[in-house]
Amino acid sequence: MADVNRGARPLSPHLSVYKPELNMVMSIMHRITGVGLTLGAALVAWWLLAAATSAEYFAFVDGLMTSWLGALLLIGSTAALWYHFCNGLRHLAWDAGYGFELDKVDQSGKLIIAATAALTALTVALV
Amino acid sequence: MSYQTPMSRVIGLGSAKEGVGHWWSQRVSSIALIPLTLLAILPLGRAIGAGRDAVLATYADPFNALVMLLLIGVTFRHLQQGLQVVIEDYVHHRAWRTGLLLANSGFCWIVGLAGAFGVAKIALSA
Repeated sequence: MADVNRGARPLSPHLSVYKPELNMVMSIMHRITGVGLTLGAALVAWWLLAAATSAEYFAFVDGLMTSWLGALLLIGSTAALWYHFCNGLRHLAWDAGYGFELDKVDQSGKLIIAATAALTALTVALV
Repeated sequence: MSYQTPMSRVIGLGSAKEGVGHWWSQRVSSIALIPLTLLAILPLGRAIGAGRDAVLATYADPFNALVMLLLIGVTFRHLQQGLQVVIEDYVHHRAWRTGLLLANSGFCWIVGLAGAFGVAKIALSA
């Protein structure tokens, strides 16, 4: 079945035609935080390897982690982690068939945003 | 009517040739990450900024070391799976897609193994 008309067919409506909804923004944020957490995970892995290597090398990597940019990145990663964690729990609930009603989706979305803020503040306070 | 052959229906792998294996495996890793994240985050957070001796002491503890090793293993597996889906969704050029998928696997293996090696070395030399 040769596709002779590729490129000339009408396109289905794309993302830009929809009004942003909480649910849609949160779904995109799940991906963005997931991709962004690559940086935090890699930084922690590098830092652990540095601690195992030598005092000098650890001082270099730890200096990066505790600089203002590193601290900003770690706090951002913490927030991203808790968001991805909470929204991931909701995805697991959806996968099991629970919480699909529109009002519940809206409620759980707001709950996740509040929980992310609370867990991030709690983590920063405890460490 | 279905155009699917009885054989392909029985095998049940669909057009991606791997069935629901990837999807399911991503759920399994995400479930494993729930307790591991909760157990690992405070010791890790407290060790960051507390100096090298504090890091060595934290992961000299077998429980902390084991939790961290499991967390690193499952995290980088989950990361590889997640980034793979993102690449497959957005990168349509065949050569770029294949290259990025390989780079993704390589990155996750190397960085994950580096972190795990660090924890193991600290735990075993204590």
